[in-house]
Amino acid sequence: MVGVGRSGDLPRALRPAPGDPPPDDTGCVILHVDMDAFYASVEVRDRPELRDRPVVVGGVGPRGVVSSANYAARAFGVRSAMPTAHARRLCPHAVYLPPDFRRYQEVSRGVMAIFGEITPLVEPLSLDEAFLDVAGALRRMGATPAGVAATIRARVAAEHGITCSVGVASTKFVAKLASGMAKPDGMLVVPADRVLDLLHPLPVSALWGVGARTAEQLRRVGLETVADVARCPLPRLRRVIGVAAAEHLHALANGRDDRRVVPDAAEKSVGAEETFDTDLYDRATLRRELLRLAERTAAALRGRGLRGRTVSIKVRFADFTTITRSRTLAVPTDVAREVYATAKDLFDNHVPEGGIRLVGVRVEQLLDATRAVEQLTFDAPERGWRDAERAADVARTKFGLSAVRPASLLPREGGVGNSAKREGGTG
Amino acid sequence: MKIRVERDGLADAVAWVARSLPSRPPVPVLGGVLLDAGSGEGGETGDTLTVSGFDYEVSAQVTVPATVAAPGRTLVSGRLLADITKALPNHPVEIAVDGARVTITCGSSRFSLPTMPVEDYPQLPAMPQRTGSVLGEVFGEAVSQVAVAAGKDDTLPMLTGVRLEIEGDRLTMVATDRFRLAMREFGWEPSAQVDPTAVLVPARTLAEAAKTLGASGSTVDLSLGSGDGLLGMAGNGKRTTTRLLDAEFPGYRKLLPAEHSAAAIVEVAPLVEAIKRVSLVAERGTQVRLEFTGSAVKLTAGGDDEGSAEEELPAELTGEPLTIAFNPSYLLDGLAAVRTDRAHLSFTTPTRPALVKPVNEDGGVAPGYLYLLMPVRLPG
Repeated sequence: MVGVGRSGDLPRALRPAPGDPPPDDTGCVILHVDMDAFYASVEVRDRPELRDRPVVVGGVGPRGVVSSANYAARAFGVRSAMPTAHARRLCPHAVYLPPDFRRYQEVSRGVMAIFGEITPLVEPLSLDEAFLDVAGALRRMGATPAGVAATIRARVAAEHGITCSVGVASTKFVAKLASGMAKPDGMLVVPADRVLDLLHPLPVSALWGVGARTAEQLRRVGLETVADVARCPLPRLRRVIGVAAAEHLHALANGRDDRRVVPDAAEKSVGAEETFDTDLYDRATLRRELLRLAERTAAALRGRGLRGRTVSIKVRFADFTTITRSRTLAVPTDVAREVYATAKDLFDNHVPEGGIRLVGVRVEQLLDATRAVEQLTFDAPERGWRDAERAADVARTKFGLSAVRPASLLPREGGVGNSAKREGGTG
Repeated sequence: MKIRVERDGLADAVAWVARSLPSRPPVPVLGGVLLDAGSGEGGETGDTLTVSGFDYEVSAQVTVPATVAAPGRTLVSGRLLADITKALPNHPVEIAVDGARVTITCGSSRFSLPTMPVEDYPQLPAMPQRTGSVLGEVFGEAVSQVAVAAGKDDTLPMLTGVRLEIEGDRLTMVATDRFRLAMREFGWEPSAQVDPTAVLVPARTLAEAAKTLGASGSTVDLSLGSGDGLLGMAGNGKRTTTRLLDAEFPGYRKLLPAEHSAAAIVEVAPLVEAIKRVSLVAERGTQVRLEFTGSAVKLTAGGDDEGSAEEELPAELTGEPLTIAFNPSYLLDGLAAVRTDRAHLSFTTPTRPALVKPVNEDGGVAPGYLYLLMPVRLPG
């Protein structure tokens, strides 16, 4: 499915006509995902009574500026970075809220975790946007880039109750432009052979790196559009804006951008979470989910050569209240047994009964496994489990994800099984 | 109920009982302390006030002298009462129950607190029969020397306890978190012929109780009938019970090395200082390396990325020179636990456990305590 936002705003070349085949997304492996009015959307999600009202998040003091405004507020001309006082004049009946960054960070972490499950090549730009390179995920997911983008949009909406827009293209620059054009709650695929159709009508200020000053310099010599820059001979462009900027803009204007998606250098945490189709109450079932997530998390750690000291769990209840609980281990781990034992204990002792819509397991305080100090133990069971799980990693790569799993995760007759049980590892 | 009681005795009693209460009680009454003035139901009669707390794991009870005008019992929030009594001026305190409220008057201060229903409060467990006694300071020191090695990870419950073993007039305490093991043996006075017994006591509770009871200067009575599932400790008017851990402590005797290939006697204070200094460049949870060359030990920490540090101390090594690395905080725990100016360190190989033992005045190894520590694997 290829959903597109307000297609009336799109360049005519990309505007889909009824009955057109979906755009060709071959090679469009760069995704730019941008949350729509992120802070305002989180506020509206948590206070449904605000749904149809203009909402502005920002500094509410005399010198405050707008951080985020929903589309209802934007209709009155409210924009990010505008003084809040100005926004109040434009839209006096909007709801003005101070930002709650901790909550936005938490939602951001959850959204970024979804990206991380799709590809390790995620480059976050801020709390609410990131580049993804999905080339490696296509075969595994059996999807085209547009299909991956649709999956991301569906999961973000289902798991976090907010919308995002996705640009799908062969380069970062075009993907980012495309996500902006798809907003809100849309997706835009820019086929490789249509990139110039998209770029050339745009004003020079659309080029990455062109601010007010460069735009003015270009305009003074008659370069108004991206097409003008693309057709301008390089030597002349160099004289106008300097060598480095000229080469950079000339390449972009011709659709060339070889910047790669560089994952956040030091990953802060590795984890996985699961949203259930219906709220779960049964503790044994939930523990089994924790085991499954611990397996995924530990395998991801081993796959990236990382170990972590802190295990945390996240639980979202039916009413969307969310708690996280964590514990720091004596020794950094990448062993599912240890991750699960800690997660289960946190769950048993710190999570009250009730309907649960999401659980997550996460390992933080990561360090490179080669640099991890290996504290020896009297009994060394940890070493034994790590070796066993490594062997299982190898089997999974050869025979598929379900080749090796804990017995309690095997499908069983009659549905409900016992919780996974762990006997003490010392003796 | 209407009584008069000395401020210091009351504040001390309430603080001690309230400390063992859960911070977030599952039901409100378990966050309460029970005040019993000569009602006869608490086992105490006459002019005394008994302050009790119980959360099904730990019970604490202390009796202080009081002038009882009207006997009775009442249950109030332990945390609030502890805060109030700590802050009261130094005057006699009057406590009076009137209907569902209790009034506390001291000097010109007056507090009125709601009470909780006494009948909902659980019965405190009876103190198991006394098994024997030990000097308070010996008990307090032994527990703190051993509890340091207990695990803090509740996922391995058998490692969160201190094992108490009784055999005749010898009492052994031992704890381990898989990385280190601490063991103390000392003499005690059994009250009668006792069969060899071993129980596993939650380390945190034991350490808390031992701190108070050990500091009192008196003897501590121990009650550990293995059938009760409880350990009772009493001294100086205070008594506490704690539920035993129902878990199998690992077989630890086989871990104790029978021999060593190298040993050194070191001055504890300079070594502790040096470890703390060089560890400044070691990221949390990393290692300090000890290189024994015969007449000196060189401490190094860190590496190229985070910066490095080294320091050399004199240390007479007998046996094979070796390099071995430890988690610095575990090593510091062991050096602090020997409680002597010098310590005896012994080693076999860089991947086998090292032993830290106290050294007495005449330079010999002092019997009764050992701290066994697993190294961390050396890089490369």
